Amino acid sequence: MMLTLATRPLLAAACALVLAACTQSQPPVSFIAEGNPEKLSDWHLMAVSGGKLNLNKDVLPYDLNTPLFTDYAHKLRTVWMPKGQSAVYQADTTFDFPVGTIISKTFYYPKGGDGRTVLATTGNGNNSNGGAKDGDRLDLASMRLIETRLLVKRAGGWIALPYVWNADQTEAVLSRTGDQIPLEVLHEDKRSNKLTYVVPNVNQCASCHVADVKSRQFEPIGPKARHLNRDYTYEGVSTNQLEYLAKVGYLSGLPANAATAAPRNADWSDSKLAVDARARAYLDINCAHCHNDKGAANTTALHLNMGAPANLHLGLCKPPVAAGAGTGGRNYDIAPGKPDDSIMLYRLASAETGIMMPELGRGSAHKEGVALIRAWIAAMKEGCRNES
Amino acid sequence: MNRALGVIALCGSMGVLLNACTKTDGPAPSAEKVSADAAFQKKLQEQLLDAKPGSVIEIPAGTYHLTSGLTLRGDGVTVRGAGMEKTILSFKGQVTGPEGMLVYGNGFTIENLTIEDSKGDGLKINDGDTITVRKVKVQWTGGPKVSNGAYGIYPVKTRNVLIEDSVAIGASDAGIYVGQSNGVIVRRSRAEGNVAGIEIENTVNADVYDNVATNNTGGILVFNMPNLSQPGHSTRVYKNKVEKNNLGNFAAKGTAVASVPAGSGIVINSNSRVEIFDNDVIDNQTANVIISSYHSTGYFTEKGVAAGYDPYPKAIYVYGNRFKGGGDAPDGFDLKALKIAMYGLTGHLPDVLWDGYVDTKLMVKGVLPPEHRICIQKDAAVLNADGPNKYKNPSKEDAPFRCELAKLPPVTIAQLAAQS
Repeated sequence: MMLTLATRPLLAAACALVLAACTQSQPPVSFIAEGNPEKLSDWHLMAVSGGKLNLNKDVLPYDLNTPLFTDYAHKLRTVWMPKGQSAVYQADTTFDFPVGTIISKTFYYPKGGDGRTVLATTGNGNNSNGGAKDGDRLDLASMRLIETRLLVKRAGGWIALPYVWNADQTEAVLSRTGDQIPLEVLHEDKRSNKLTYVVPNVNQCASCHVADVKSRQFEPIGPKARHLNRDYTYEGVSTNQLEYLAKVGYLSGLPANAATAAPRNADWSDSKLAVDARARAYLDINCAHCHNDKGAANTTALHLNMGAPANLHLGLCKPPVAAGAGTGGRNYDIAPGKPDDSIMLYRLASAETGIMMPELGRGSAHKEGVALIRAWIAAMKEGCRNES
Repeated sequence: MNRALGVIALCGSMGVLLNACTKTDGPAPSAEKVSADAAFQKKLQEQLLDAKPGSVIEIPAGTYHLTSGLTLRGDGVTVRGAGMEKTILSFKGQVTGPEGMLVYGNGFTIENLTIEDSKGDGLKINDGDTITVRKVKVQWTGGPKVSNGAYGIYPVKTRNVLIEDSVAIGASDAGIYVGQSNGVIVRRSRAEGNVAGIEIENTVNADVYDNVATNNTGGILVFNMPNLSQPGHSTRVYKNKVEKNNLGNFAAKGTAVASVPAGSGIVINSNSRVEIFDNDVIDNQTANVIISSYHSTGYFTEKGVAAGYDPYPKAIYVYGNRFKGGGDAPDGFDLKALKIAMYGLTGHLPDVLWDGYVDTKLMVKGVLPPEHRICIQKDAAVLNADGPNKYKNPSKEDAPFRCELAKLPPVTIAQLAAQS
């Protein structure tokens, strides 16, 4: 009896992996320790077959409570680790991943049906809202793949490799210098807008993934407890992601009852939650990789990470430092109670390079995100009390 | 001065922005040129990605149209063009950036080229040691517009910085802007047509000499902004020509430099230990020298300024300069009215305009201790604009400023130590 209990989690994990394997017949994932593989398929993380993009065995998909906005793209995120390796849980920072870890993020859109446009859906940009019903595969008849970005942890640290999918959706090819892809995005209200979807170059990847300019250490952003602490449907069963990662052996050191014990960011799109929690989660994932006290934007003294105190460094009554035309003629980052007097709102609502924030990674404004920040600022009470 | 500083520079309207951003000048380049430039961009960015310490990336003569900002992360890299007028990187059609070039790295040298019309800053260098910018021109070619990038040559949080023989034109904030840095030399450079020509901000130990600043809103600025990790001090501004900085302020409202009146020669705001000597300061129509506090910028709010920020200019030493003209057509209603009231229609404000804010906490029996004073050379008159009393009783009072301060030592930086 004792034995059975002790081995149950292991057995469950093994069954999960066996089940996943049954549906697929890809060569094993290959961690490539050096060089810049030309094709995404060199890694064997995922393969196109039967009109679907299928994840390989042990390549585990996950979502974030509140994801980064990227021109309404949906994102299929995965993590893979070499056998016997696991990441170490950290409460507030990115998990400590072992050498050999491969994290992928595939950007895709539902097709507009006219062979030309892609759809902007107002979900929160995760995978589970992209219409992929199994969670670990994408139906290519209804989805257009854009790019797959890899973060690979090699002996010398993380590297970033952006791969751009071909028109036939059969292969993605390395594009270290980035790419610019024209898209026409159709919104739910039938409006459409054209935009140039920008694939970042490898150095631009660092603009977000180096959260500490002094250490210059490249790090994943999403795999933090507060982003991952939510449910995902694995093998048809909705399961807490942190607990599932621990169960399959990808995460060690997870506290007991993680779903309640670990920090959890709000889902920005969940209108049942408090506007403050939603707005802070939104700023955390969209801005805090630069706007923290060690980040690239610490030159501006604006700190938007979760947990940063709600004072002038959150923008309250704070005059800008290096905004240029990004002020939009407004005096303060946040003028409490006055969204239309707040630089933050102006920059989030802009799609103009040089004015918009974040400064990379989007070519259009996130209407729903802007509405959230507007509501958040509007609900603030105290004004700035200007001296004059 | 508060109002005077506030009423100007209201050109940051969206209308102006939209118009400026959709305009395209000149004939479209041929398909061959577009494709050649795309290949050039890819190759150059690859070189930047692959650069190792000691790498020299040579860019041959030519004008190249780039659609993406260039980024370099790595130490010991030199980027070299064939000459400021020969190698031109144009970002007029830039889709992503926002900078023309963004650099994170130590031991970085860039020389002999032009970066123009980037959507954001021209050349931004963030957090590096031993930075050399030589014979680099950064410019916006469409004249002064709020939609021009904020900063031209822009090292921030850097150490050991040498900017020499360079040119900055048309920045909507500052042409040459060194922020939050330590050990800086800006010399033999030219700044024109910017809101601020050369600006040293929150920086410790800077020498600014042998430069020409002309036709900017303000010529040479030494500022301290609140809330930043480092307050600046110890800047020497000498042997510069600061002439006719009378350009209408075109900064976006809300930026620090939007509070600078057109016609400002040398401006010190909230900084300390600043020495201004041996300059030719000529025909700056508000005043040849302005010394002011953050209190008079109009941005001081109860909540928005970190505790510990010192808004007062202190230990400012102005001596041995040659002032000529200026003060005859100050910018802004209040200063105009002030000038007429005190000096008549044909008169002019004196060479040095002080906003009158003083740190009374430091005063002993009504006067500042010698080491905190503002000391002005004998032949220059000073106008106290009486900012703390809403500019009601401006006064001319030269005697309190007739003092001397200990001189600052020259700035030493690694690059020049290596040369000598």
